[in-house]
Amino acid sequence: MRKNRFLQPAPEGFLSQEQVKAMHGGRRGFMAGAFAAAVAAASSARGQSNPAVIANTAGVGLGDPNILNLPDHSKGLGQGAGARGYGVPSVYEKNLQRRESPGLTRVSQAGVSFAPLQGLFGIITPSGLHFERHHQGWWDIEPDKHRLMVNGSDDAMLKKPMVFSMDELMRLPSVSRMHFIECGANTGMEWGNVAVPTVQYTHGMLSCSEFTGVPLRTLLDLCGADYKRGQFVLAEGADGSSMTRTIPMALIESGEVLVVYGQNGEMLRPENGYPLRLVVPGVQGVSSVKYLRRIELGDMPYATKDETIHYVDLMPDGQHRQYTSTQEVKSVITSPSGGQVLLDKGFHNVTGLAWSGRGKVAKVDVSADGGRNWKAARLEGPVLNKCLTRFNYDWSWDGKPALLMSRATDETGHIQPTYTVLRKLRGTRGIYHNNAIQTWLVGESGEVGNVQLS
Amino acid sequence: MFNCLEVIQRSALKTAENAEKITQFAKVLNRRFINSPALLGVLCACALNIASAQTPSQFQGIGRTATPAEVKAWDIDVRPDFKGLPPGSGSVVKGEALWEAQCASCHGSFAESNAVFPPLVGYTTAKDIASGKVESLQLGSSAPTRTSMMKVSQLSTLWDYINRAMPWTAPKSLSADDVYAVTAYLLNLASVVPNDYTLSDKNMDDVQKRLPNRLGTTTTHSMWPGAGTATGMVGMLTKPDVQGSSCLTNCTTDPRVVSFIPDYARDAHGNLADQMRTVGGTRGAKTAAIKEDKKPMAAVVIAQAAPNSVATAKLTSADVMPTLQKFACAACHGIDTKLVGPSFRDVVAKQGNKADASAYLVGKIKSGGQGVYGQIPMPAQSISTADAQQVATWIVQGAVK
Repeated sequence: MRKNRFLQPAPEGFLSQEQVKAMHGGRRGFMAGAFAAAVAAASSARGQSNPAVIANTAGVGLGDPNILNLPDHSKGLGQGAGARGYGVPSVYEKNLQRRESPGLTRVSQAGVSFAPLQGLFGIITPSGLHFERHHQGWWDIEPDKHRLMVNGSDDAMLKKPMVFSMDELMRLPSVSRMHFIECGANTGMEWGNVAVPTVQYTHGMLSCSEFTGVPLRTLLDLCGADYKRGQFVLAEGADGSSMTRTIPMALIESGEVLVVYGQNGEMLRPENGYPLRLVVPGVQGVSSVKYLRRIELGDMPYATKDETIHYVDLMPDGQHRQYTSTQEVKSVITSPSGGQVLLDKGFHNVTGLAWSGRGKVAKVDVSADGGRNWKAARLEGPVLNKCLTRFNYDWSWDGKPALLMSRATDETGHIQPTYTVLRKLRGTRGIYHNNAIQTWLVGESGEVGNVQLS
Repeated sequence: MFNCLEVIQRSALKTAENAEKITQFAKVLNRRFINSPALLGVLCACALNIASAQTPSQFQGIGRTATPAEVKAWDIDVRPDFKGLPPGSGSVVKGEALWEAQCASCHGSFAESNAVFPPLVGYTTAKDIASGKVESLQLGSSAPTRTSMMKVSQLSTLWDYINRAMPWTAPKSLSADDVYAVTAYLLNLASVVPNDYTLSDKNMDDVQKRLPNRLGTTTTHSMWPGAGTATGMVGMLTKPDVQGSSCLTNCTTDPRVVSFIPDYARDAHGNLADQMRTVGGTRGAKTAAIKEDKKPMAAVVIAQAAPNSVATAKLTSADVMPTLQKFACAACHGIDTKLVGPSFRDVVAKQGNKADASAYLVGKIKSGGQGVYGQIPMPAQSISTADAQQVATWIVQGAVK
């Protein structure tokens, strides 16, 4: 081994012989490994994440071996361009995966995988981490053979029913807009009590993308739609379930509802509806029908399976609310959040997401004392219509238990409610549209847990 | 008023409008703002604007008229007023036979099964049929689950969904008469129609009037975008029913934690340390002992069973997945999770070390079976011997992912 003039023996007792060898060898990930071992020894133990000085027996400061021992990547030749035709995340990021919640559904073709919100930055969800909800399995559909039909519930609804190929749809003037998609059942497991441990499972049926496509209105115009009689639109998928939902006409006429083929700069992913889906901004995800094959203009709502048997909200009086669509104002702190352990006392950036199906987010307040006192968080730009908004909040943890909460207000003045207020009106059996304030308990150990307050 | 104008201007600038549409707008505006000459002035300006904006006819060569046969092939929806319902009929008795053959393996013989999907029928009464509101949906009900029959308010929904999406692995394979029959059987299980009933397009409306929860829904709420009042059908309210507090200081007295994840459920979602980023201000909590990378049970079995067998390239799930999907095997069998039938690894554990495992499995795949792993039968598969052999080989080799 070449002698490193900065390298000096580590003190006995602090490092094992093996660790000393590893350090001498300049092995990458040495401190990370040591840290992992420390965490493994005590599951909730906090640690020092930046051990700047390793003192020798004489008490003379030396420094961090990660600095003192030049790593391989500073001393060798890296990999070439084009080594990966389609790049993938670092091997050190493999923990961030879409995951199913055990026991939620018994058949994955009618299942959900949740986006790992705890590890995402900004407002855009990487396409490969976009949450999944399938009703009868996903497909990778050959775009050449995919068609979109627009017809009417009777012959007079349109001047003519039409068929469009993907080629034709992609020739039309396109728009690109950033919107969230949130499943109506997001946070649904938590209506009655705490049920799942992390923000991935409490709020991970939420994602946000830049979508590219054509306003549905353009296609209805081309067909000569009778907007006076045609007050409702049915959207239908091409998959086995042929998902159907009634789409609000107001959002079509305003040009907000898009027939989408692009997502985050590339085509839609198969799990997200390749090659064509509807995006209905601000409305629960089930309406953004994937594998879109047909649009029907009609004069009454359609009472589809997911408007009559599912996606109906059971109220305390035993009535089901039907066609509840808007995703109301909501926010959640994504870090620190359930299942995470704070590394140390001191400064932490409390960060999270806020959104509203009624428009832009106007304000987010954060409380660290269980809702007694609130202070405004910083909204990071851009703040867009029916889009996720990132908020940040400066917080210094004193090592004592803390109850972290966030509360969003949208531009219509609608304020996110506590569980107490929400349950008072809607009970606990609704499954859908739970937009209550989320509370995370930071324990003395630094471990964060999912809790609900009285 | 401002919003209305804005909509018109947006329409003019951003979306294509034809002359007829302009007239419609004029009519609507005339109705709404009949005494507003100033507004009509603006409208004229808009109209000019619209005329000069891009019109649909400029999208030359985009789209074509759908043929009647095409519309017929895809326009399968049935509305609450039964528009779209094809003529036909099916009896309860016929429905029962279809049910046993094609539906019972997932839903149970009496649509009561909770094994694969939530139960379809149960907890509705004769009293509900009379009242139109299901009593077991009331607070304090002892019903342990909410069945589809408890919730469904429109008969058209049942017919439409069975027709478009069932059976699970072969959607749209039932004839219209089959769909009437299966629907009749479900209704009979809930005592909505008698044993000797034949459901048809002629009597759907009569049966709708007996649906247990036909009056159990409301469309009056504030969660339908746009002015619900325009249609009088959905939405109607504009003010949200729930509103939070904007209080900033001394808002609550001592907040109490009333719900949390109990210790015994710490690992219910696996080891959270493996689900969090390993760099940044936090790490994931270690909630489960880290398990060693277990070899699939199959690999162990194979190693024991045939230590000296000729080495062949091992098949992986990628090799057989096209076949598993084509014949919908994967709908009932997970690789290592039990679904309707045993997981492939369960099959490996039970059959993998038998000398004739491969031939045995080919036979089972082709002719079906029942009773080896449970009472839910596996139907015979119309699969080629070569395809069945490939799947069998993959299973015998350990059902490797």
